[in-house]
Amino acid sequence: MHFFLQELVNGITQGSLYALIALGYSMVYGVLKLLNFAHGDLYMVGAFVGYFVIQWFGGPTALTIPVPLLLLFMFLLAGGGVGALGVAIERFAYRPLRNAPRIAPLITALGVSFLLENTMLLLFGASYREYDTSAFISFGTGIHIGSFSIDIVRLMVIVLSVLLMIGLTLLVNRTQLGRQMRAVSEDREAAEMLGIDVDYVIAATFFIGSALAGIAGVMDGLVFNTVYTLMGFIAGLKAFTAAVVGGIGSIPGAMLGGLLIGIAESMVTGYISSTYTNLIVFGILIVVMLVRPTGLLGKVPLQKV
Amino acid sequence: MTVERESQDPGVEKVDPSIGVDEWVARQTGRREYAPGIRGDVQRRFERLGWWPKLAIAALFGAIVPQLLTNDFQLQVGINALLLAMLALGLNISVGWAGLLDLGYIAFYGFGAYGFALLSSSQLNAPAGIHLAAYISLPVIAVGAACLGLIVALPSRRLIGDYLAIITLFFGEAFVEFTNNVAPKTLGGPNGITSIDPIKGFGGQIITNKGYFYFLLILLVASAAALHLLDTSRTGRAWRAVREDPLAAEMMTIPVNRVKLMAFSFGAVVAALAGTVFAAQQVNVFPTDFDTPYLILIYAALILGGAGSIGGAILGGLLLSVMLDGFLRSPTQAGYLFYGVILLTLIVKMRPWRKLVGVLAATAVFGIVVHTIVEAISKSAVAGGPQSSGWIADALHNWVVVPSNPTTAGNIGFVVLLCLCVALRQLKDPVRTVLLVPTLYLAACVWEGVLVAQPSITRQLLVGAILIVMMNARPQGLLGSRRVEVV
Repeated sequence: MHFFLQELVNGITQGSLYALIALGYSMVYGVLKLLNFAHGDLYMVGAFVGYFVIQWFGGPTALTIPVPLLLLFMFLLAGGGVGALGVAIERFAYRPLRNAPRIAPLITALGVSFLLENTMLLLFGASYREYDTSAFISFGTGIHIGSFSIDIVRLMVIVLSVLLMIGLTLLVNRTQLGRQMRAVSEDREAAEMLGIDVDYVIAATFFIGSALAGIAGVMDGLVFNTVYTLMGFIAGLKAFTAAVVGGIGSIPGAMLGGLLIGIAESMVTGYISSTYTNLIVFGILIVVMLVRPTGLLGKVPLQKV
Repeated sequence: MTVERESQDPGVEKVDPSIGVDEWVARQTGRREYAPGIRGDVQRRFERLGWWPKLAIAALFGAIVPQLLTNDFQLQVGINALLLAMLALGLNISVGWAGLLDLGYIAFYGFGAYGFALLSSSQLNAPAGIHLAAYISLPVIAVGAACLGLIVALPSRRLIGDYLAIITLFFGEAFVEFTNNVAPKTLGGPNGITSIDPIKGFGGQIITNKGYFYFLLILLVASAAALHLLDTSRTGRAWRAVREDPLAAEMMTIPVNRVKLMAFSFGAVVAALAGTVFAAQQVNVFPTDFDTPYLILIYAALILGGAGSIGGAILGGLLLSVMLDGFLRSPTQAGYLFYGVILLTLIVKMRPWRKLVGVLAATAVFGIVVHTIVEAISKSAVAGGPQSSGWIADALHNWVVVPSNPTTAGNIGFVVLLCLCVALRQLKDPVRTVLLVPTLYLAACVWEGVLVAQPSITRQLLVGAILIVMMNARPQGLLGSRRVEVV
């Protein structure tokens, strides 16, 4: 039983990360109807920003500032920096194509993803880098009940993800900006006619979505320790699966999908074999798409004539 | 009313089609605009030439090429180019004609390669193995690929738009996972399948690279011919109707689903045939040969040449492959390509000539000034020298600033260069021209400092950049025709 619980905790941790990335996919898809393939690479950039913050403050073994402050800096810089990068990408690569055929921004997104990945490869090389979290946060602390335990880092990741998701839900449902976002995703032209600054709303959406991906990147570094330039692609793909399984464009759907994929993955790894993890995750996706083409919580898109 | 489907860039001046002119009329008008003098004459002659004579001329050119190549490496470059052209041709069916974003296309290529490998090696039915003649195995694989295309496309009946891209993307990923992990005895896992038979049949077999070049050329010409017939047939028109507006196409009694399935199947067959030749020529196949980077390369080729046109797909494939393979293997030749492309772009884009000369002269002077200043401040900052070799590097030795340890400075330079390029696109003319000077200079410095030393990454960067730039600046590609949306 406790093995099951342990796997469940691992799954929820992994799932929260997927959910955070999936949220960005979903939000961008909501306002632009664009599958932003570059999103997974933003997550990778976030993980790198976190890594360099640790190095900046003396490295994992000789930190010059207290750990909570370090974590704060990591999350803030990764969130802000990656958010700004997302806005820049939107501004220069996607905005000129807003009225182009649907396929044009998709192909551009492939190009942006490829360019980002290889730029990072050029700048930082293909080697694996270690966060070395255990050097400054003791994994021993946390919740222990019998043989079952959640270490403090996983606990923090889960709690922070939940907080971010609550914050995002409030933002989308309660604030002016959220209302504008919903309006833009419903009908961009009508929103524009009602005086909503569509460019600003789209930029804000990109900022929030990318910032979430950046924060997820730092969390990934903290929990799993290694960061490398090609980590974005496969994580992006999984998050993408999560967004689609939950129903792309739907925010609770992205969260649900992320958790489902994370838990499924860790259960398959725990009980069957890690070799087949990816195949089974893709299998889940294909089955969901065939049974419910719009995802679990997605709405059937109205086809306008 | 018709609206131009192009980016709203203030810098690009708009030509026809204007409002009220439909696509056909626009094309006819465009056809009458010839350049003056001999250039126009040649253009007119060339356009009056039918499609088939053009194909024959292109095939003839292709047939002469191996006679001109001197070594096996160049022949290999030629084979790679033909393969990419063939793959772009197949991708054009679903992406260019039917407007379906097929991100699992690479798996059909892999299916062909693995299919051929299994049917012509000792992997199955050990120890004797299966060693089929090509005239049996190729049709079997083609039929198999067509069926696979149907199976993958089946969900597209229910999926609208982007969901298809997702399903196919996962299909492509699943193929790599599958070949990596499932049945390692038969499929070889990450080690792939080795010692595959050459293509053989009717008592002969193809062993030399020259033989494979001709075989591929024949295959490519045959596919282009078949696809041209298909394109001009009822099916081809149906594909384009579905691309423009599936709903309207359905109203016009076009069987949209069947037409989509057909597009996938035809694309799959072309890719699988390319895969068989790849497997036979390479002798080995590995799962990594069929991974996403190569898919993106095929997309870049198609976009570069122009989606929706057979000539464009082939040209894009040849051009990109030769560019990436042939040149970027040696730093000197890479330099020719790099400076050549920049110069060519400037010559094509920059008017009047005086301005072009001014910019180039200013860049040269700017470089000398910067080099002198930097040298006066710190000797080590210019100690690196160009990473490339040859006469260009010699000429640039006292012009570019390359520090003795170029990595960090080069990285910063690269990021600044990216920002400058983005800024150039946004700015209007007087500032733009002025900013072009340091951008050009920085590009040369970064090239000599970092990019030349990392050819494989530079290749990938180039592919990504081609996708973004082409989509923004010239979405119809080199040979494609501009699409017009009827509102």
